[in-house]
Amino acid sequence: MQVLLRRLAHSRSGDKGNTSNIAVIAYHAELYPFIRDQLGVERMKARYDGLVTGPIRRYAVDRLGVLNFVCEGALGGGVSRNLCLDNYGKTLASAVLDLQIKIPDDLASHLR
Amino acid sequence: MSIRIGSGSGWWGDRISPAEQSARDGRLDFLCFETMAEATISTAQVRARADAAFPGYDTYLEDRMAAVLPHCVKNGTKIISNQGWINPVGAAQKVRHMLDAMGCSHWKVAAVTGAQITDAVRNAGGTILETGSDLSTLGESIISAEAYLGSDAIVEALRGGADIVITGRVADPSLFLAAMVYAFNWSMDDVTRLARGSAIGHLLECGAQLTGGYFADPGVKDIPEPWNLGFPIAEVEEDGTAVFSKINGTGGLLNRETVLEQMFYEVHDPANYITPDVVVDFTSAEIEEIGPDTVRVSGVSGKPATDSYKVSIGAKEGFIGEDMFFYAGPGARQKAELAKIILRERFKIVGLKAEDVRMDILGVDAIHGAASPAPLCEPYEVAVRVAARCLERSEALKVGREVDGMAVSGISSTGKRVPFQERVREVIGIWSTLLDKHSVTADVQYF
Repeated sequence: MQVLLRRLAHSRSGDKGNTSNIAVIAYHAELYPFIRDQLGVERMKARYDGLVTGPIRRYAVDRLGVLNFVCEGALGGGVSRNLCLDNYGKTLASAVLDLQIKIPDDLASHLR
Repeated sequence: MSIRIGSGSGWWGDRISPAEQSARDGRLDFLCFETMAEATISTAQVRARADAAFPGYDTYLEDRMAAVLPHCVKNGTKIISNQGWINPVGAAQKVRHMLDAMGCSHWKVAAVTGAQITDAVRNAGGTILETGSDLSTLGESIISAEAYLGSDAIVEALRGGADIVITGRVADPSLFLAAMVYAFNWSMDDVTRLARGSAIGHLLECGAQLTGGYFADPGVKDIPEPWNLGFPIAEVEEDGTAVFSKINGTGGLLNRETVLEQMFYEVHDPANYITPDVVVDFTSAEIEEIGPDTVRVSGVSGKPATDSYKVSIGAKEGFIGEDMFFYAGPGARQKAELAKIILRERFKIVGLKAEDVRMDILGVDAIHGAASPAPLCEPYEVAVRVAARCLERSEALKVGREVDGMAVSGISSTGKRVPFQERVREVIGIWSTLLDKHSVTADVQYF
């Protein structure tokens, strides 16, 4: 089955300079491998195209079921220079959650 | 033996009553306040130059202290706070007066100074981390530079008998780590304990972001009583294991999910989170839910600290002018599009000189810009927001003036507020560099 990432994982973004980190956290350990395998840097770049202007790095912490994406050039030059209304990029973490992820049907009970 | 450390604030504007609640009922040994953002020091410097009455420390210092001091004195809870901003000595003196007025002359206050190194950075040279350019390229635009100090000077103040320690810029986790180093007499070479203590500090530094704040997502992440969040409290063992909880009866939530969100907040490489005291590795952490709103965190590991302090530099970069107006009903979006065209032409007519101009339709794509999906239907109501970054204030002011023109010279049914707030703000760009730790000296003064 194909479901929104929002049902598999939650997310939070934080700012440092002109970089935003977006942590994607699996609700369940059995869901995590499907997120890790289907949510790579290229897919993140495509989702945040035009919004994140620099490179994106991914840190996968398998033990904790977390993917941490470090997105450079995400904050319009930095919080104080950013002309975007959301100058801290607080809302950035939510955009990733509308991506679709394929999971086996028998994991449906772990979904939110 | 274990110690209990409470978070008193996660930022300057944070609520005060949860800190009071923790001070009263939390059986705290330490209460720590974090009140600074990246631009706090530079903003305070600019304000201090313009406003002789501004004392240079947290504008809520009196409010926060008045709320917690009676409980902290009664319960023997020591306070560590970065509310000193650009004037830790002035803040410490203020707290001294408050204590004296309460009849607590036996309580000792310390100020940690030395973080402000503006002249040293102007003269030192070095590289701007973000751009690779030399610091000298910033020239006279530098307003302030400050090092993110570690826990050592706070520990010195506590060992010197301070009950309340007020600092300027200190790395956020170090405020909390200092309490542990002091209480357990940890060695500054014990990287495992320092890393665990710093991780605890990182989890506490944003206040309610550990206990259900910045978290609720209706339908998938619901939390109880989100209007009544309790602030987090860590009960720390000598080995650096901590059990996190909040005051019974408060709203919010503390579980594996809230802990993980905060653990990764503002973190880049989770195996190498650099603080002035140690390099933290979160990837070995164990997170166990051991009761309702009760989570044990253990197993964090670490590596020795680096040789340098991170230095944050604030530089004058100009001004942002900004305003907003709105439409509702049929054709709202088309009107907003026409308004953008009108403003673009007006900016040409008045010769706006801007580094960057941005016009968004709020309700369509103002926040995520080009990454926003196409709307499924026409929005019933929208706002047009326009912002421009300019080198001169007089140019930035043109944004609001041209939006004013949209009132009676604009489009049918333009909704617009009479300006009731400042529509131009100064841009203080933040840059960072690294400075050898030996070239920065922290000092402790007692009051």
